Amino acid sequence: MDLELTSVRKAYGDVVALDGVTVRAAANETVAVVGPSGCGKSTLLELICGLTEPDAGTVSSPPAALMPQRDGLLPWLSSLDNAGLALRARGASKRAARAAAHEHFEAFGLTGFERSRPAELSGGMRQRVAFLRTLLAGRPVLCLDEPFGALDALTRGQMQRWLAGALEQEPRTVVLVTHDVEEAVLLADRIVLLSPRPGTVVETIEVDLPRPRARTDLAVVELRERALRALGEPAVPHPAPEPSGSGR
Amino acid sequence: MAALALVLLALLGWEAIVRAGIVDELLLPAPTGVAQALWSDRSILGEDLLVTTGEVILGLAAALALGAALGFSMHLWAPVRRTLRPLVIGSQAVPIPVVAPLFILVLGFGLAPKVLMVALICFFPVTINLYDGLRDVDPDARKLLRSLDASRWRRLTLLEAPSALPATFTGIKIAAAVAVIGAVFAEWAGSDRGLGHTLLIANGQLETARAFAATVLLFALAIALYGLFALLERRVVDWTPRTAPRGGP
Repeated sequence: MDLELTSVRKAYGDVVALDGVTVRAAANETVAVVGPSGCGKSTLLELICGLTEPDAGTVSSPPAALMPQRDGLLPWLSSLDNAGLALRARGASKRAARAAAHEHFEAFGLTGFERSRPAELSGGMRQRVAFLRTLLAGRPVLCLDEPFGALDALTRGQMQRWLAGALEQEPRTVVLVTHDVEEAVLLADRIVLLSPRPGTVVETIEVDLPRPRARTDLAVVELRERALRALGEPAVPHPAPEPSGSGR
Repeated sequence: MAALALVLLALLGWEAIVRAGIVDELLLPAPTGVAQALWSDRSILGEDLLVTTGEVILGLAAALALGAALGFSMHLWAPVRRTLRPLVIGSQAVPIPVVAPLFILVLGFGLAPKVLMVALICFFPVTINLYDGLRDVDPDARKLLRSLDASRWRRLTLLEAPSALPATFTGIKIAAAVAVIGAVFAEWAGSDRGLGHTLLIANGQLETARAFAATVLLFALAIALYGLFALLERRVVDWTPRTAPRGGP
């Protein structure tokens, strides 16, 4: 196994975010981590990226690049500079970072928006810039934290197909955190289902389906229903009840 | 436009009150009287304006340099932060009119005490706003830079400094607006030139119109400085809603 978290536990004070979580991914595999809000999904990615240490268990992973929730684009940078941020962080000059980022702009459908600030981009374009930034970090593992959570359903569908295509072009090991079971079934080789806080693994589902997958494929629908049942949700998805007092 | 109308209305009312003889013109000159003084004393006042403007600009420059040095070093080094923060805050409790004569005693009648006084008043909003701005960075962006293994220097230049710019400009604009006060106090404590000096002399001689004329110029100086930095902010910080073309929400 390329990436391996074994019986990982992580608590913040009295709040246990993850408890006994095991996740594995082979090289160039996509693993989706699915669970309700507050089940420690983001913590899992921070562990993989080495931003925090587990209280118990082991984390072994090649260097990983993080794509945070809500894209994390810097509002004062153009999309070219945002995409090249990883290179600049490593010490590259502005010119070199821009040149490297620009090579991918056409493939990412961003031509003509090189100088646009994030506020001037559509939601889908912002995600593509953020994904390019993550890709240019040059790490073998990509940690995507709900990359399409803020998009409308139509754009999300387009972006999911686009991501599947992009990963076919540039295969990487991907840990995809999402609360969308369907997204997980469409994109992942393996789905790890987490329970609400403390996050524990409810079930790990292998998705052995050919690509490209469509949401209407019978196998996709069946796997989606199976995952939803395992999460203890009714077949028709509706917002999970929040614990009282969380005020969301 | 509304501000202009309000000022015009106030001036009209003021003029009417003085003309009607409700207030002694020695105490409160009419706006036309002030305008007359501005014109007839233009050579003195013009020279004074140049002197005071010079003091204010040099003082502001010193405040910016000091504020930047303090803000960044307090942000970067905890021991500096612990040592200097109480002193920086304490510096604003210093009563300027009381220490101004001491500055004159030590530094003489020249430019130095005036610049120092302006800097003493102005470095505080710059320092504190820069320092808070540097710390008030989006935690997600911080996490991102850390995950990219950015060095301390890169985190500062790529993330913290740009993200502190809007707050810093707020500090600079406050500094620009209050800088004039420092120059006036310093000139009162000991000077033979400048708008503050002329103001003091004119007051003593009951040349109220001239005193008001000097005040009008101080007023204009403060507004011009503020406007200058607001303009600069628009050019430099062009990504926040407050500097959006339509002024934002």
